[in-house]
Amino acid sequence: MFAFIIRRITQAIFVMLVISVIGFAIKQSVGDPVREITGISVSVAERDALRDKLGLNDPFPVQWFRFVKGALHGDLGNSFKYKRPAVQVILSKAPATLELVLTTSILVVLLSIPIGIYAAIHSKSWWARLAMGGSIIGVSIPVFLTAILLIYVFAVWLQWLPSFGRGELVEIFPGWKSGFFTWSGLAHLFLPTISLTSIMLPLFIRLIRAEMTETLQTEYVKYARARGLKENRILYVHAFKNTLLPVITVGGVQLGTLIAFTILTETVFQWGGMGSMFIKAVEDADTSLMVAYLVFVGLIFVVVNTVVDVIYGYVNPMIRTGGGK
Amino acid sequence: MQKQEPLLSVRELSVAFKMRDCVLTAVDGVSFDLDRSQRLGLVGESGAGKSVTGFAIINLVSRPGYISGGQVFFEGRDLATFSEEEMRNIRGNRISMIFQDPMMTLNPVLTIGQQMIETLKAHRHISKHEAEKLALSKLQKVAIPSPEKRLTQYPHEFSGGMRQRIVIAIALLTSPSLIIADEPTTALDVTIQADIMELLLKLCEEEEMALLLITHDLAVVSQVAERIAVMYAGRIAELGSTEAIVNTPQHPYTQGLLKALPQKVERRKRLNQIPGNMPSLQERPPGCAFYDRCELRGEICHREIPRLEEKNGGLVACHMVKDAAGKEEK
Ligand SMILES: Nc1ncnc2c1ncn2[C@@H]1O[C@H](COP(=O)(O)OP(=O)(O)O)[C@@H](O)[C@H]1O
Ligand code: SF4
Ligand SMILES: [Mg+2]
Repeated sequence: MFAFIIRRITQAIFVMLVISVIGFAIKQSVGDPVREITGISVSVAERDALRDKLGLNDPFPVQWFRFVKGALHGDLGNSFKYKRPAVQVILSKAPATLELVLTTSILVVLLSIPIGIYAAIHSKSWWARLAMGGSIIGVSIPVFLTAILLIYVFAVWLQWLPSFGRGELVEIFPGWKSGFFTWSGLAHLFLPTISLTSIMLPLFIRLIRAEMTETLQTEYVKYARARGLKENRILYVHAFKNTLLPVITVGGVQLGTLIAFTILTETVFQWGGMGSMFIKAVEDADTSLMVAYLVFVGLIFVVVNTVVDVIYGYVNPMIRTGGGK
Repeated sequence: MQKQEPLLSVRELSVAFKMRDCVLTAVDGVSFDLDRSQRLGLVGESGAGKSVTGFAIINLVSRPGYISGGQVFFEGRDLATFSEEEMRNIRGNRISMIFQDPMMTLNPVLTIGQQMIETLKAHRHISKHEAEKLALSKLQKVAIPSPEKRLTQYPHEFSGGMRQRIVIAIALLTSPSLIIADEPTTALDVTIQADIMELLLKLCEEEEMALLLITHDLAVVSQVAERIAVMYAGRIAELGSTEAIVNTPQHPYTQGLLKALPQKVERRKRLNQIPGNMPSLQERPPGCAFYDRCELRGEICHREIPRLEEKNGGLVACHMVKDAAGKEEK
């Protein structure tokens, strides 16, 4: 198990290095660091002097190395628009996005597991068919359409829920303003969470149902029945534990999709998070901020997937005990 | 009047599979008895309906199959009258099963100990400690070295032969009166097949358990079972003492099987040496299922399904076998 964790961490570091190369490449090709510092109205000679001073005429590997070193110290350049270090800007926006992603993930887990299992066990039932049919519709509606529909019904027509912003926030610790602790914050969280959930939930219901159905047909489940085990133990220990393995893996990967979709959702709901910030950064050609977003999101993704892999290792004895196939 | 009632009595058992546009009968009116501590071999080539019969006995035919007729009496009681909960308490408790492929039967994410203890706990109130003790003693019985350590290990840490020993140990846990072993050595390495079979035989004798041994291998079954039922295309072709089946087979199919048995050489081709193949479920002929491959067939064979009848001291389902004790078959 220890070797397994080390291996996963090495992989994670490697992935981060690749991300840094991509980030660096974007910065090199699109960005203009001189502009970030000086603005536009500076003479050519002054600019060249500054370029030299900043080491922008050094060979690429040297510059990349400097970029990585800066990143390790939390320095990813300055945001041209905010006139602040990009990392600081990101960190101030991150809580909004992370809270949205967290509630969505919890909702997806809480709903997809029981619905997926139910649909696998009672595949012929009316409810299971409804869930499966609904999930097909769910995956095929684009998220912005869901969002606009939700806003129209609940905010404009019924006027039950707010449709933009995060509502009243409470600073739970320095730099982290949370919407979890006020009614207004929770109400504002509602519609964006539902739209994000509508993308992920159908996928997970279908995945869990498929995996569970397959597991229920295995020899070891048949053997568990032949040993006279109680049905609940067969379903929730024997079958579900094996269903979980592939679901965990997909779950880690899908987190990336989820974060990608926050860009759309946050924009529609004017949610002040990293996603909507990223869209603005692209519009403003705020390269440092774009790159910082990329690196930061990459880091979250890599860390979560490493943790997920380690959890997978704990659930799967083949890995935990270091055994072969 | 009646002699001691059999442990297991299967009466006219039929199992059908409901397919999209038809119903296929995989097991068709199978009857046999099995006394306490007795060993019966159920032999036949692949697809004959042996496994389905085994699962039907514990009412575990998987969908789309279902028991379409007949009865199963266990310890004198009709299993059809049992509630699902009572039936659960028979499975793995009074009747244990051993499956064919030990690589597939144990759950990969649970330890051997967990799977043994849960089996015990499913059937009796027992503390974890006691259950563990019992599990250890059964692992010793099947000659698993250092069982304490083994209890905490996962299936993938064992070889195929070891896993089948564990499955046998699990079968012993509840001291059942019947073990149904479905091809218990077929999936194993040839070199250890005999060991496992010997172990199973020894344990059945020691613990006075009856054994229903399902196999396609007449040679194996003749070494273990006291009686043999030969199954062909969902029906029993012949049933008798091992001695009678091996030395004086009556049914043309049994005779063919025996002729095809090489003296230990060329084990592989054995069953294929009767020309032709067993008809699939869809293409069973109206009369005797062996008709197409039979050298003795007569006109009646095509029309009428031969019934399993007592002839010359054994049970045979063939129109052409004459009973020496008179009562001519026409
Ligand atoms: N799940 C199933 N669906 C349809 N037919 C089945 C199923 N399981 C078994 N059968 C049919 O039942 C017949 C007997 O199968 P089985 O009892 O497994 O044979 P064997 O004697 O080799 O153990 C097979 O010919 C097969 O066509
Ligand atoms: S009944 Fe007829 S066809 Fe069938 S085995 Fe006997 S002789 Fe052959
Ligand atoms: Mg079989």
